[in-house]
Amino acid sequence: MMRFLWPFVIFVMLAGFLYVGLGLNPHEVPSPLINKPAPAFTLPQLHESAKQFSSQDMKGKVWLLNMWASWCVSCREEHPVLMALASQNIVPIYGVDYKDKREDGEEWLRHGGDPYVLSVSDTDGRIGIDYGVYGVPETYVIDKQGIIRYKQIGAVTHESLQKTILPLVAELQAK
Amino acid sequence: MKYLLIVLLCLLPTFTYAGEAKDLAEDPVLEKRMVALAQNLRCLVCQNESLASSRSGLAEDLRREVREQMKKGLTDQEIIDYLVSRYGDFVLFDPPVKSYTLLLWYGPFALLLLGLIGLVFQLRKRKNSVPENQLSAEEAQRADALLNPPKDSLKDLET
Repeated sequence: MMRFLWPFVIFVMLAGFLYVGLGLNPHEVPSPLINKPAPAFTLPQLHESAKQFSSQDMKGKVWLLNMWASWCVSCREEHPVLMALASQNIVPIYGVDYKDKREDGEEWLRHGGDPYVLSVSDTDGRIGIDYGVYGVPETYVIDKQGIIRYKQIGAVTHESLQKTILPLVAELQAK
Repeated sequence: MKYLLIVLLCLLPTFTYAGEAKDLAEDPVLEKRMVALAQNLRCLVCQNESLASSRSGLAEDLRREVREQMKKGLTDQEIIDYLVSRYGDFVLFDPPVKSYTLLLWYGPFALLLLGLIGLVFQLRKRKNSVPENQLSAEEAQRADALLNPPKDSLKDLET
């Protein structure tokens, strides 16, 4: 009996590891920017390119920074969630139109609705690199001191909003 | 005249090569250095491809970034640190030794050691449990006969 015990224990351990591995998403790479200051940027606004928006303007507020693009498929899935959130006026959402043509970005917001206080245009993706973006949509929760507290990789869903983002926002706003 | 035209037409393809990849030739030394560095970096979009070989948009942007930083005179290590500070250790194909990668780096050696210890124990146990077999005189004779058959019996087999 003992002969089979050890191979069996090892098999169960391996099976356990593999089972846990099945549930992991290899595309969710933990960001090293959590609890670090959000990289500063100043970019032209999407709708009025003559006007600039600087991340420094947001000091003292808790805000969401959402990276999106008109060519991004998951952004379509995320869009109604953001629209619903924007209508509740809980937290301001700012958008970065990532590696997109200005006209395409404007067109997409005109058609689908605009959940953003304003969007900026990051045509060649440089701000994306600063924020460690590797696939849109990505959403950052930034606190009053300008520190990144959370990064949502992939689409924001009702579930992630209720479970993680909104409680965190409430906690940060109370500080 | 006709033949000359044919010859000229045959030469035509040689003038049409290499329409793409112009930016590669801009500074071959820098490009070589960039590729050497990017081969050890992971493209985060297509995760098993290196930054040097990936054709994704992000990889192109990151190659541009690396090129620009090299032109600014940053060392390879500084550029790696820059990328790690944004994308984490995951961009490195060669993970650094840290507290949480100890198991990854030294786990196999630990397993090997465990196996060796197990083997030594097993062999010792076996040595104690298997008694030395003493042959009786009769058995020894039979074994000897089997191992060293008389020479003429072999001759019988040959014929």
